[in-house]
Amino acid sequence: MWSDLFVLPFLTGLCLALVLPVLGCFLRLRDEWLAALAYAHVAAAGALLALIGGVMPALGGMAAAALAGGGKRLFAGRLAGGAAFALLLLGGWAVAVLLAANQPLAEQLGHSLFDGQLYFSGAAQLALVAPWSLFAAVALVLLSRHLLLARVYPDYFTARRLRAWPVVLGFDLVAALTLALATMTMGVMGGFALVFVPAWIAFRRARRWRSALLLSSLVGTLGYGGAFLLALRLDQPFGPVLALMLIAVGLIIA
Amino acid sequence: MSDALIRARALVAGWDSPATAPLDFVVESGRILGLTGANGVGKTTLLSALAGRARVFSGALETRPGLSLSLQTQDVPPVNGVPLSGRELLALTGATMAGLPPWLAGRIDDRLDRLSGGQRHYLTLWAVLLAPADLVLLDEPTNNLDSAGVDHLAGVLRRLAGAGIGLVLVSHDHEFVERVCDQVIVLGEPAHVV
Repeated sequence: MWSDLFVLPFLTGLCLALVLPVLGCFLRLRDEWLAALAYAHVAAAGALLALIGGVMPALGGMAAAALAGGGKRLFAGRLAGGAAFALLLLGGWAVAVLLAANQPLAEQLGHSLFDGQLYFSGAAQLALVAPWSLFAAVALVLLSRHLLLARVYPDYFTARRLRAWPVVLGFDLVAALTLALATMTMGVMGGFALVFVPAWIAFRRARRWRSALLLSSLVGTLGYGGAFLLALRLDQPFGPVLALMLIAVGLIIA
Repeated sequence: MSDALIRARALVAGWDSPATAPLDFVVESGRILGLTGANGVGKTTLLSALAGRARVFSGALETRPGLSLSLQTQDVPPVNGVPLSGRELLALTGATMAGLPPWLAGRIDDRLDRLSGGQRHYLTLWAVLLAPADLVLLDEPTNNLDSAGVDHLAGVLRRLAGAGIGLVLVSHDHEFVERVCDQVIVLGEPAHVV
């Protein structure tokens, strides 16, 4: 277990297990939990496109997710009520499946993106994920007050003659890029499970916002650690084991 | 505009089209201006125009440079299912807890969605009222409040005015308006000052 072969993937996933639940709390606060699936599918499609184009898949995935996160603002008027995320999800899924069906190379990567093969992560992936996770955590802390105000006191920005869009755009980019990295590290559903379930539990159980963030991160980290060991012991793909473990924890606690 | 925070001249406000009759008024530091009138005369629209939410179709609306506004609307903050305590809400807006009524101070660490409708309304109102601002705009603040809440609110509004803050109050509760306001404008055709 404690060889590089497993330690590097474990540490890479651990960084995400700490930050994804916190991101999930903010997505849930904004009623945008579908964004997790949307950005994940767009990132998967971008990674496959990059692979076919001879570019690093990670770059393609992050670029596609960032483009989706920043670009959806341009269509905000027509895509209210979560429609943007539903369309991004459908579009990302369709492109990814078509690419996988027509390109043998893409088919292989497509399987690992959707199944969640964390154990293939190496030093390069950790070098990307660790600093980004730290950056995302700091960014969420800095954006926290304004994101909360936008929910409970939406007129705050208008009344104070402040612009809300830099906060929203900043959050969208952090969410999109974090989910892109999560998708390429632990797969679409593995990342989604860490975004959705711990935040869902925390919103039901916590009495304060700060304790919700801590609880979600704790549930995510413990669930991740347990799933990592179990998947390794049973020689099973990581993503489905993580999802089942978090569902079980969620049903017991929530 | 010595003490004037806002000065309106023949102001006509609306959303998609003009919704108020032309109106002149001044909102000054340390004074409470009440806006009343029948349903549909544009009280809320006028308040929204002062806050920059609704459009000014004609006339002039001058605000003191650097004016800091707080706005309370009739919209209920969507806090159901959100793990946010009253203490955290007040910290978000920068509102002080000093002076909270005892029936609310004791529940300040509870989640907002575990409070009664009246308690939640008063706490969210308090978060706006006591946030640092030069001018506070209030839309039907007595809604959902019992008589103890209304009495407490009246005292708080006079205390804020005494501290030099300007307030504009929209309400259909004539008794409350007459009790706390320094000046009252009854909107209608034509608008007149009481």
